[in-house]
Amino acid sequence: MTKPASDVPEARLVEGGKLGGDAPDDKARASKGAPVKGSPLGLVLPIMTIVAGIVVAAAAWWVFVKAPVQYGYTADGRLNGSSLFFTQKIFYFHVGHAFMLFAAVGVAGIASAIFLKTRNPKWDDIAAAAVDEAVMFGAAVLVTGSLWAKAAWDVWWNWEPRLTMSLLLWLILVGYALVRKFAGPSADRVAAGMAIFGMVGVPFIYKMVGEDSHPPSGANGVVMNLGTEYKTAFGLSALAFLLWFLVLTIMRVQSTRAEREVRELRERGLDLGVLS
Amino acid sequence: MSVLRQAGRIAWKDLRIELRSKEIVLTMVFFAALLCVIYSFAFPRDVKAIRGAAPGMLWVALAFTGTIALGRAFDRERENDTMRALLLAPVPRLSVFLGKALAMSALILAVAVVAVPLLALWLNAPLLDFPAELAIVVVLGVIGISLVGSVFAATLLKVRSRDVLLPVILYPLLVPLFVAGTKTTAALVAEVPNLDIAWYWIRFLGVYDAAFLVLSLWTFESLVIE
Repeated sequence: MTKPASDVPEARLVEGGKLGGDAPDDKARASKGAPVKGSPLGLVLPIMTIVAGIVVAAAAWWVFVKAPVQYGYTADGRLNGSSLFFTQKIFYFHVGHAFMLFAAVGVAGIASAIFLKTRNPKWDDIAAAAVDEAVMFGAAVLVTGSLWAKAAWDVWWNWEPRLTMSLLLWLILVGYALVRKFAGPSADRVAAGMAIFGMVGVPFIYKMVGEDSHPPSGANGVVMNLGTEYKTAFGLSALAFLLWFLVLTIMRVQSTRAEREVRELRERGLDLGVLS
Repeated sequence: MSVLRQAGRIAWKDLRIELRSKEIVLTMVFFAALLCVIYSFAFPRDVKAIRGAAPGMLWVALAFTGTIALGRAFDRERENDTMRALLLAPVPRLSVFLGKALAMSALILAVAVVAVPLLALWLNAPLLDFPAELAIVVVLGVIGISLVGSVFAATLLKVRSRDVLLPVILYPLLVPLFVAGTKTTAALVAEVPNLDIAWYWIRFLGVYDAAFLVLSLWTFESLVIE
């Protein structure tokens, strides 16, 4: 950040610009040639991407090759032959994605709170990136959950509490994404408010959904008494999706940041009459 | 002058404007009445179905009228840029927010006061069997809608697509409130009314309102100031 602005034209551009009174942090960033390359995450990202790739592959191998096919057991230990079998593999993907959905709500809420407090757009980028990824992850949760419900209970959607909760959180995130897209110049503020309110609402949604669980959910019985192979496969896939989520989010943050920097530079250029 | 008294003055200012024009109350009450008419044609009218559907009808009506009223009330502050004047006024911004939320609650409650008897009358729904409990839950629900709604209606004041975005923001955030309200009302109008369940959800709503009151007070200023 404190790297002296070596190339003269850019330094002049900042100093002579009408927006010269911006935050020092902003100036320093704008005066750097290639912001993305210079970011402290520059080296971390490729390494993380490779690690995430390896873990995703390992998880896939473990899930499909190593972990035995699950014979569905009911809560009292009877073999529930008709329902699960290969479909149970969905579980590894479904829950991994769901964790990320929940994590994203927390990340977006906290980053938005810091953004509102400090008005540093860095934090807003993080919230926006987390929500962007979470919208995709949430869609995966809902689709896999729906497939699971069809296999286990023979309905596409049965308002199973955790699935309902995922849906409600996902709706908040989709709302956030819509606000970001359509609220114009004040989109960052409005969206930050929505993320904070959404995060505070989570315990209420949790409580509400828990009280409202009408269908008997067999999932508890199936999930809780897993053998070691299942647990390893589950842990691996959860880790894989965590890494994958982090890699995607960091990339998204960097691209958002680069977009903003280009926009700011362009505005400065326009103000100075360098660009037209 | 204390924060609450200032809030009261701001609320009274809003209500006095409304009392002079009666624009929001009259249009919203008419809108709610139209909704009740549509309900009576859209849903089966036998007693059993009505017992199941009436709670949802009431809360959907409150949600719809609430968002429309919020949008219109804050439009008034936008038209002459009076929101800026309000925020510049030498009072804490907390009182501006509280005053706005208070006035909104009063307006939406005025609609509820008409909508509930209308639903009970036209649909023959036993909504008025437990008037005290129903009043408490409606008041708590309306307060919650007004709190969260005022924060976001004020934040969206300068956004061009605010009319579309307000429900997009509010409804996902208010789902727990609507569910709690519907559950309470359902417990009250059920064939065998269950006051325990009703009070559980009323307490839930109370905690919900308290949490979002604190959050609104905390975020209002930084959300509204550009």
